[in-house]
Formats: sequence, structure tokens, C-alpha cells
Amino acid sequence: MINFQYARAADVADAVRQIAADPKAKFIAGGTNLIDLMKEEVERPSRLIDISRLPLDNVEETSGGGVRIGALVPNSDLAHHPLIAQRYPILASAILAGASAQLRNMASTGGNLLQRTRCYYFYDIATPCNKREPGTGCSAVNGVNRMHAILGTSETCIATHPSDMCVALAALEAKVLVAGPGGQRTIAFADFHRLPGDTPHRDTNLEANEIVTAIELPARGFAKNYTYLKIRDRLSYAFALVSVAAALELDGQAIKEARLALGGVAHKPWRDVNAEASLRGQAANRDSFARAAEALLHGAKGYAHNTFKIDLARRAIVRALAQASQGTPQSQSSKKIR
Amino acid sequence: MNAYIGTSTSRIDGRAKVTGAAKYAGEFNIDGLVYGAVVESTIAKGRIKHIDASEALRVRGVLDVLTHQNRPRMADASAAYKDDVAPEEGSPFRPLYDDKIMFSFQPIALVLAEEWETARFAASLVRVEYETAAFTTDLQAQRNSAFVVEKPESHRGNADKAFAAAAVRHEAEYFIPIEHHNAMEPFAATAIWDGGGKLTIYNKTQGVQNVQRYLCSVFNMKPDDLRVRSPFTGGAFGSGLRPQYETVLAVLGAVKLRRPVRLALTRRQVYTVGYRPATIEHVAIGAKPDGTLDAIVHEAIAVTSQHEDFSRNDTAWSGQLYKSPTARYEHRLARVDLPTPCDMRAPGAATGVYALECAMDELAVALKLDPVDLRLRCYSDRDQHTNRPYTSKQLRECYRQGAQAFGWSKRRAAPRSMRDGTELVGWGMASGVWEALQMETAARITLTANGHAEVASAVSDIGTGTYTIMAQVAADLLGLPLDNVTIKLGDSTLPLGQVEGGSWTAASVSHAIAKTAGEIRKELLRLAQAVPDSPLANATVDGVALVDGRIVHKRAPDRAVSIADAMRQGKVDRIEREGTVQFEDDDSHARNTHSAIFAEVKIDEELGVIRVTRVVNAVAAGRILNTKTASSQIMGGVVWGIGMALHEETLLDHRFGRFMNPNIAEYHMPVNADVYDIKVIFVDEPDTRINPMGIKGVGEIGIVGTAAAIANAIYHATGKRVRDLPITLDKLR
Repeated sequence: MINFQYARAADVADAVRQIAADPKAKFIAGGTNLIDLMKEEVERPSRLIDISRLPLDNVEETSGGGVRIGALVPNSDLAHHPLIAQRYPILASAILAGASAQLRNMASTGGNLLQRTRCYYFYDIATPCNKREPGTGCSAVNGVNRMHAILGTSETCIATHPSDMCVALAALEAKVLVAGPGGQRTIAFADFHRLPGDTPHRDTNLEANEIVTAIELPARGFAKNYTYLKIRDRLSYAFALVSVAAALELDGQAIKEARLALGGVAHKPWRDVNAEASLRGQAANRDSFARAAEALLHGAKGYAHNTFKIDLARRAIVRALAQASQGTPQSQSSKKIR
Repeated sequence: MNAYIGTSTSRIDGRAKVTGAAKYAGEFNIDGLVYGAVVESTIAKGRIKHIDASEALRVRGVLDVLTHQNRPRMADASAAYKDDVAPEEGSPFRPLYDDKIMFSFQPIALVLAEEWETARFAASLVRVEYETAAFTTDLQAQRNSAFVVEKPESHRGNADKAFAAAAVRHEAEYFIPIEHHNAMEPFAATAIWDGGGKLTIYNKTQGVQNVQRYLCSVFNMKPDDLRVRSPFTGGAFGSGLRPQYETVLAVLGAVKLRRPVRLALTRRQVYTVGYRPATIEHVAIGAKPDGTLDAIVHEAIAVTSQHEDFSRNDTAWSGQLYKSPTARYEHRLARVDLPTPCDMRAPGAATGVYALECAMDELAVALKLDPVDLRLRCYSDRDQHTNRPYTSKQLRECYRQGAQAFGWSKRRAAPRSMRDGTELVGWGMASGVWEALQMETAARITLTANGHAEVASAVSDIGTGTYTIMAQVAADLLGLPLDNVTIKLGDSTLPLGQVEGGSWTAASVSHAIAKTAGEIRKELLRLAQAVPDSPLANATVDGVALVDGRIVHKRAPDRAVSIADAMRQGKVDRIEREGTVQFEDDDSHARNTHSAIFAEVKIDEELGVIRVTRVVNAVAAGRILNTKTASSQIMGGVVWGIGMALHEETLLDHRFGRFMNPNIAEYHMPVNADVYDIKVIFVDEPDTRINPMGIKGVGEIGIVGTAAAIANAIYHATGKRVRDLPITLDKLR
């Protein structure tokens, strides 16, 4: 860990001023990922700007019937907030599928969006990594890549985004509210995280001088037919091999609206409007689920150790859609798959 | 007389541990403490061309940066670095000795600073130039150059010929990857000058006297000038048997600066101090259709370092356990450019018996026999290799009681024939075997007239419950309440204690206490007989016992003298005795613990998600001193078995020769969610031959066979046999 300066932000405008003044500065909120990365010398910030005391910790209803979540709401509080637990249970479930109780207590909503990949090479500064040091090469492409991406990869990076919460936010079509020197702007969730392309060092479209202030959920919460199904190498406290957020609106057995997002398979939560469109107007059954899975996994490509993810994702999507359609969402406390 | 032995007694150090009063090696503070941080090699092999510490040295608060070029003097001879547990062959790693790089993450510099953060920051500023050399870390690439290290003096019959001629044969290769101990407490050493040139080192270790002798040898110090203490150890599982590099570096720093120095390793650095070697196991078993065996062949190839031959024979269990007229077994090593492996819970057995017991399961399938039935058909009351009887062997009873508790009779034989909704259900079983060892050990007992006893021995309690069983044994043999007994251990100045390993501590230290308590009793009787009109006038030392603070005639309990009266009469306020127990080297019998493990798995048929929903482990391990701590030992071993079967694997990138997941987020061990119901049964196993108290030890037996029982259950559930661990869901496809 390198030496760094520490400063508190007085308010959002001050936070933006401070980060704009020092390109090597980082915001710190819960610190659950940043501190680890600093200890490994992956992140070497000159200054930490502590935003944890900013008044961004409310969960409130919006005039449009949605819910606005302050960027500093702890993951645990968010999962157990009545508005979320009742109206957006898919989000609560996804949060509870991630990390451990201790980490969820510390981790913030905004920070969850900005957590970095768990790629082994990204964490080991003795190895080449384009995400950590652009231009050095990707060690994972021909290395230990069982945990890595099968969709949206590039030759320069096959890392995955590790968040569970973000997979549900993608399915819910949340919006990310950010503030910068030029004022506020809103980023659609699908546009927030990036694919690696030839700029894998950039995880998101957040500018260096911007700060996430809130997440906004639209009114539609899919509280009746949803699931978050996470498949991992042990039954808790492990990153997803594949996870599926599935949300449906049903009219009898017919699907009126469908949302489907994958975690653990790409550099961002993976959605495809074609896959969701393929479900609309169809009967909720294994055939339509399988077609949606095919559509969502279109173009999937495996590497030496992770090709199994393609078939696993296919099965998990079908299972998740079955759970959602039957109104039997996956429990995050009982580990038996429903 | 046995108020405590054999009972469920809570840990006497439990309160100190949960309140934080128990101090670990990195928690002893003193004014002026200097903090160390290690710089590690980023290459796997070669030499250091140049180390530039100038930038690090410019950081305010940095006191020094030690390298092979400027460190204080250490012994040159490789032999000086051989500790009690070092492999016979090879040269131990000498930290900061010279410019040679033998493995990635090797410590190459020690930064010393006034604060830990400063030391760590400065460590990041040390620049190193290397000259790299070709290396390999891949066992598969090295297997053809493996060499035999352990095999019996003579093979039993011609096993290869018998196997070739057998009516029913099973032959397969099994694989166990590198695994790490991941004890909760990382390695740490705090070296403190006591004045007069004497040094005390608080160290995380399983053997304070081993570390003490080692450091005296490396630094040419007199035994009286160097004391090693380890009052509490937050798990070690074998990784703390040998002195590790943090203790050498802490002493180097203390010698260089003449100040107290602490070095606590990071989790990543802990991965370089030893590991369970990756092992290829080849097993071939031939049988007659009735399930009696014709031949067992077991060959193993395990990795070791380039500089030391670490081996624990994986294969001898196969020569010992089951009745077979022929057997051939040998253990080989393949060299890789990694640190030397080390002991890890049930070394040699966790891996070797895993392979044997999976092979037996596969043979049972080939024979269409129930797996328990097969094991009963080749059951042996004698050690098959040496043809000796056992001091005791209640494995048959383990099978019976384990099967009954598990409900094994309801098992349907065919794979994929049992289900629970969307889950396939599998029931598997395995046998376990470990050695019942005992080592020369001493204890000192100081009894004071107020009825308090202090019991001291340089053994360790690595979390197993040694403090508690020592107190139980002493309390019973001295006739005192448990609360009146104080235990001292983990201090090199105390009477002889061996490294805490091999499950031998319970038997060894208990007998040291028993022997010394006998001396105390003898002295008390002498004093009691001096009491006027002593009711014990004609009693012999074997005819009295110490009960409830009194010296009591065994056959006439109303004839008694209180300890207080006897000591008052003798005008002594304390009696101190020290005794050393040696165990007769009796070759006439084999000494082992055994177990039968039954496991249930439930596997989601569509997704392959595996849950180990029930484990019954029936253990025959002689007299159980403390049913609570012993049961916890077995449960812990079962959890290790779950991890071995399903989760644990240290990933290597052979291009870099580096461990890729050296942290407890990415190296998976079971978490609470992975552990369901574990039932531990201790089968009654009286054994007066092994030692007077009939103690065998339970530290390792709990893991042995558990991974096999789970692997066999997974086969039964799915019909898919996975032979390379860990069994992750992708391997079920």
C-alpha cells in the first residue's frame, strides 16, 4: 500500500471539485473493494476523498412512482428496506446473494456499481494485465480463465464484472444519476458499464471527475414473478460462475413483459433485448425459455477453462425463468435450488 | 476418580479467546517496537542482479532494508537450518541468505520501520533487477522424471501379476491439487530483547522448542539466551511444524537494530510457507467375484521443491488396511520450482486414503457389492503389511454404528436411483485410518498447600484443546477441581514438549502428567504417613488415590488425609515434581485409529449444484479424553474433507510459476452454507496395550476418508465418476 492523502468532501459539489483537481484521487465510501486493491498495489491513489458522510443515504419514492436510492445507502440496508423488499424483491435478492453480511454492511450502492473485476491477473501486479496497465497484454486469455467472460469479450480483456446487485439493476432498467463539473446527468444502466473493447482499463462510462449520487428505479418492479439465481463454486461467499436475474409480467400463462440479465459472464451485466422480445407474447414454458436462452447466449465464446459456462448459463436461464414464472423465486438463505 | 476425563468439558481458554485476552504472536506490544514488511520475488527462478532500496530508505520512519547483502550474520551450513521436522534429504530454505531465487513470492528483502504502514509502503518502493532462469511448476510435466522415495523393503507377493490375473479389476488415476492450510492466524513473530543480550520471540508455531533450537543454530546463540513463546495459536494444521521464515527475519531485524521487531506475514505471504503437495495417485485393485482381494497396487507422485525432498507416504495405507495376499506400493516425488511442501492435516493419508477409498468404491460397483460389504469381506484384524495385530481396532464397529446412524440399509445400489424432487441423492462411504503416535514428553507439576496445581510442558495448543485436556487429566489425577489447575504451555523454557503434530500430543502429554502426578502422590503419601496416627500408615502409593483434595485409601475410602493436612504436617507449602514419559518401542503391535464415514449429497440434476447434506463419521480412537473438544476435532476434519472434495485448489499459472488465488476470497474453503449436518460417533475402543490410559489422539482422523465418502456419494447420485479434486459442478457434465 502506498502513502496517500485523506480528505473529506463537504458536499457533492465539493467532492466533484476535489476529484477534478487531482486526477489520481479516488472516492472512498465503504472501501470494501478499494482498500483490498490498494493493499495489492493495484490501485495507487494519491488521495482518498471520503464521501461516506455525504447525505446520500436515503431511499425514497419518486413522483413517477419509482424509487430513488442514495449512492451511500449500504447494501444491507437497501436489501432490507421495505420499499425494496416489497416492490423490487429481485434487487433485494441479488444483493443478498453477494459477498458476506459483513461486506454488505459496509459496501455502498454506488460503490457496488464501481467494484472492479476479480480476475486473478488484475490482482497480481507481477503479471501483465491490460485493465491494470494498458498495453501490457491479457494474461487470462491463455491463462487461468475458468471464472472469465464468455460474452462481449475482446482480445485485450476477458474479465467479468463481479456484482450481483448490478445484474438486478440491469434487469430493472435502473438509471444512474451522476454529478460532475457541468452539473447532473442520468445514465441508463445498460450504458453505465462498458465492454472491454480496446479500452479494458475503463470499466464504466462515468467520467473521472464525476460522482454517482443515486440510482433510480422505474415504477415497474416485477414483484410477483422474479428470481435471482446465482450458481457458484461454493454455496455462499463466492463470485458467480453464472447468475441470472429473471423478471416476468404474466397474463395467465402468457408472458406480457420479460427481463433477463446475466452476471459472471461478461464485462458488464449481460442483457439482450432480442432475448426478452422473444419471450413477449409467448407461453411461459421450457420451450420459450430455451429459445430466450439461445438468444441471450448468441455469440458466446469459451476459453480453455470456462466453456462450461455456456451450457451452464443456458440451463440456469431456463431454470430461472421457470422459478420466475411459477412465483417461486430462489431463496438466498436456503441453498437448495428451487 | 474420573470426574473430568471422558466428559464434555468446555475449553478452559475459551473465555480468553472470545474476549481477546488470549494474545497471539503478533499481539505482544512493547515500547519502541519496529515493524517489518517483506519484499517478495516476482520471478520463479533465477538470481537477484541488483536491489535498489534507496527510495525506500528515504521514506521517513524507515530504519533499514535488509537483504542478502547487508543482513546480520547467519549460519552458512545448510545443516544449521535443519529443524526437527525438516526432510532428511535436501537443503532447507535460508531466508535472505544469498542472491538465488528458488520460487516466486520468495522473501528477498525486509523493510524495517517505525510503523507497519510505513514499512509496507516502503516495501513497495524497493526495486529489484533479476536474472531469470527456466523453471517449471507443473506436476504433469514433471511426472516422468519422478523418483521413488518411499517403498517397503520387500513387496508382498507379486501384486502386478496377481492383478493381471484377477477376475475383477479396477485401475484408475486420481488427482489432488495443491491445497493450503489457511489457518485463521497468519504467521507472525515478535522478537523482544529482555536485557543482557537475551531474546524472547513470540511466534506462531506448533513447536516452541523446535523453533528455539533452530534459531539458536541459525544465529549461533546460546539456548539460555533465546526463548520462544507461543501461548496461543490460531490454527496451523501442520503449517507451523517447521520454523518459518518470518521468525528468522524478525530475529535478523532485532539483531541488526538492537530493537524489538515484529513481522506479521500477509495472507498472500502465508501461501509461500508450505502447502499440501499436488499428488497423482494410481491405484489398481484386483478381486475375486466374492469380494476378497487378490492384489493392491498403489503408486503416488507428489510434488516437492528443487531443494528438499518432502514426502509423506501416501501409499502405505493401501498395503496395510485390507486383506490382500499381494501388495505393491511406492511413493515418488517430482521436483518443481515452488517452496517445499509441508505437512497438512493427515499428510499422506488425506490424499492416499482418498484414492484408495474411491478405488474401493469403484471396485464395489464392478463387483456389484455394497461398499460396506466389500470392506467387511476384506477386513483385516492384522496390519497386512507387517502382519501384526493391532493394539485395538474397532473399525468393524465403526462401520456398524456409522451405517446404523446414517440409515445406510435404505440405500438403493444403482446410481441415480435416489431423488428428492429436482435433486439427485447420493450416499457414499469410506474408511479412514491414521496412526496412533506418542512421543517422549515431560511435565512439571507444582502443587501448593492451598490445593492449586500448576502444570507445565512445552507442548502447543494449536486450537485442538490441549490446555483443556491437560487440565482434565491433572485435575483427575490430583483430585482437584478443574478450576484449581493452571496450565502453562507454548514456552521453550518449560519441560520437554515435541512439536504438536501427528495427533500425538494428547496421549504424550497426558502420560507425562500422569507420571508426574504419581510422583506428587508418592510425596503426599509420605507426608500423610508422617501425620500422627496416620490412617494411611500402611498404604502403598498404588493403594491410594488423590480424591477431592485428599489422599484416600482406594479400598477403604474412609481412610484419608487431606492434602492440606499432609503438607502442613510436613511443613511444606509446595511440592514440585517433573517427570518425563517415554513410550516403549513395542514393535509387536500396530497402532492406528480408524473411522467409517457416511455422506449424503444432494445434487441439482439440471445445474449440478452439490450440497453435502449429511455426514456421519464414526471414529475408533481409543479413550476420548474430552467428548466436546474431540468431537469438534472430528467435525473440523469433516469440514476439511468437504473442502477437499468440493472446493479447495491452489491455482497455478505455470507460465509465471505463481499461485493465482493466494487469498481466502478466491481460494475456496467451505463456508457455513456448505456445512449441514455432521454427526460424530466415538466407538468404544478400550486399549490398555497402546499406553496405560488408552489414548490415541483425534486431530487428523476426521479428514481421512471424508473426501472419498463425498466423491463416492457424488458418483452414486449422478453415475459420473470424477477422479480429480475438487469436484466442481462443471466436472459433472
